[in-house]
Amino acid sequence: MVRAKKTPKKHTGALTAMLIHLAKRLLAMLPVVIGVTLISFLIIHLAPGKPTDVMTELNPKITPEARARLEKYYGLDKPIMVQYGLWLKRIALFDFGNSFSSDSRPVIDKIWDQKQPLLDRRLSVTVIINLVSMLLIIAIAIPAGVYSATRPYSFGDRVSTVIVFIGFATPAFWLSLLMMMLFSVKLGWLPISGLKSLTYAAMGPWEQVLDKTLHLVLPVFVSAFGGIAGMSRYMRSSMIEAMGNDYITTARSKGLSERTVIYKHALRNALLPLVTILGLSIPGLIGGSVIFETIFGIPGMGQLSYQAIMTRDYPVVMGILTISAFLTMLGNLAADICYAFVDPRIRVK
Amino acid sequence: MTRYSDTFSRLQKNPLALSGFIIVALLAACALFAPLIAPHDYRAINVKAVLEPPGPQHLFGTDELGRDVLSRMIYGSRISLAVGFVAIGIATVIGIILGAVAGYYGRWVDSIIMRLVDIMLCIPSFFLILAVIAFVGQSIWNIMAIIGLTSWMGVSRLVRAEFLTLKEREFVLAARASGASDFRIIFSHILPNAMAPVFVSAILGIAAAVLIESSLSFLGLGVQPPIPSWGNILTSGKDNIETAWWLSVFPGTAILLTVLGYNLLGEGLQDILNPRLKNK
Repeated sequence: MVRAKKTPKKHTGALTAMLIHLAKRLLAMLPVVIGVTLISFLIIHLAPGKPTDVMTELNPKITPEARARLEKYYGLDKPIMVQYGLWLKRIALFDFGNSFSSDSRPVIDKIWDQKQPLLDRRLSVTVIINLVSMLLIIAIAIPAGVYSATRPYSFGDRVSTVIVFIGFATPAFWLSLLMMMLFSVKLGWLPISGLKSLTYAAMGPWEQVLDKTLHLVLPVFVSAFGGIAGMSRYMRSSMIEAMGNDYITTARSKGLSERTVIYKHALRNALLPLVTILGLSIPGLIGGSVIFETIFGIPGMGQLSYQAIMTRDYPVVMGILTISAFLTMLGNLAADICYAFVDPRIRVK
Repeated sequence: MTRYSDTFSRLQKNPLALSGFIIVALLAACALFAPLIAPHDYRAINVKAVLEPPGPQHLFGTDELGRDVLSRMIYGSRISLAVGFVAIGIATVIGIILGAVAGYYGRWVDSIIMRLVDIMLCIPSFFLILAVIAFVGQSIWNIMAIIGLTSWMGVSRLVRAEFLTLKEREFVLAARASGASDFRIIFSHILPNAMAPVFVSAILGIAAAVLIESSLSFLGLGVQPPIPSWGNILTSGKDNIETAWWLSVFPGTAILLTVLGYNLLGEGLQDILNPRLKNK
């Protein structure tokens, strides 16, 4: 945001200004991309033991020559910075190497299996759940925050504050357990885990959609829950701050209705910081995928990463860490573009 | 010292902060006096009382090995207290040093440190923690260290912002004019004035660290049984979800109350230490 101020004060068209802004943001992302990949690479390579140990330790008959050959195959005999360069070159082509698990499939095939329907691929599953829960967060948190902010310290505001504090403090995995206990075990309304029922293949297209939706109700709710609490709190304070501005007094003294003052003048300004916070909340959402995908048995990236971590499957862990960091950056970029759209000051200055 | 006793008397007038303080104090007492409070030996296995529901013998029931859940939870409070404090201690020290250096020296030092913050914020930290724990091994010290190493970014931003405004103030200029070294200016002149928000964010950070530790233990990557932690009791809660509700409900409530306590205390202190925000 600060960077945008340096643009010359020429009167360029809105679109050009927007493109310049975008290009600058992309350029500023470059060091972050390098840093993120370097960190994920180093962490996994500085860990004790070589990645090939998993393969060699399990094989008592392995000779030192075979071990050296394996290390050479994975490029482990080269200096670490050379290894990083080679790895970076490969991931630019979406080649994350092969998994160490018994099937030794390419990592990218595990995450983005071309043989499966588009929506069943692990990356799609995780992205869809996160997008839906993001929409749910926005749809609930913004009205809730506005409600609280326009009636500060009223009964409704107090109730929602209590709910927010409890929501903040509830561990996602515990909430999953409670929800499973209530809706799946006790009431039997929702399926307990997985993405599809056993009879999925025999269902008609609409039944299939319904079946999947039912499976996704609890995971989406759990992943959105903490975000709803946090975001409505931010929305409340952002809205209260906006309501204290001079332009609100001006709008009121012009005789505008309270409705117009709240929704046209205050809300629009209060939404600005929220865009940034939504962008910042993406890594938390993605990280949370590990928890609820493991508990609900959802075949997404989170579940895969949990399995990979438990079996020390280095290439898969590295691939997922990198991809999720990229997803975060994309999310931040999207937030940035939205910001420039809703706030003309950023484009024109 | 008067400043602190003043804070405490204002704490008593703020009901939310006070309830947070009471929860945190009770938790600390629980952890300190665990051997005195626990009704049973937390390690005692009893094959005759496997998965018993709550009753007069076992207030919170027993787990799949017949161990008393309440006693295990009381001992588990030690883990969550220790992890919270040590991890956030590490994070706060790192955050203060990096934020102070960035804010005080500005220019390229600032750019580099702030880029590092951006980078760390882009990596989903829970993934990072899981990956590192899986690779370096899952001792409690590793958990504390890695949570600390991935939680300092907020503090460093706060400290940097405070330093940016404070370093232009007269008392800093005076200290510099009288020949104080940078080290002395940073740590004994500016830092004490920047500590209030750091303190608040550290308390809120402990809440987050408690949540992370319990999630890790729940996934089997944190504190390992037979050492009890709230997270790993919940793992057996998940394994016995259809029969033993008490294994899930009680430890989870303990986590919720703890995190709630730190959050209330933190938010309350924010109101107290920063009255400007409250009147808005």
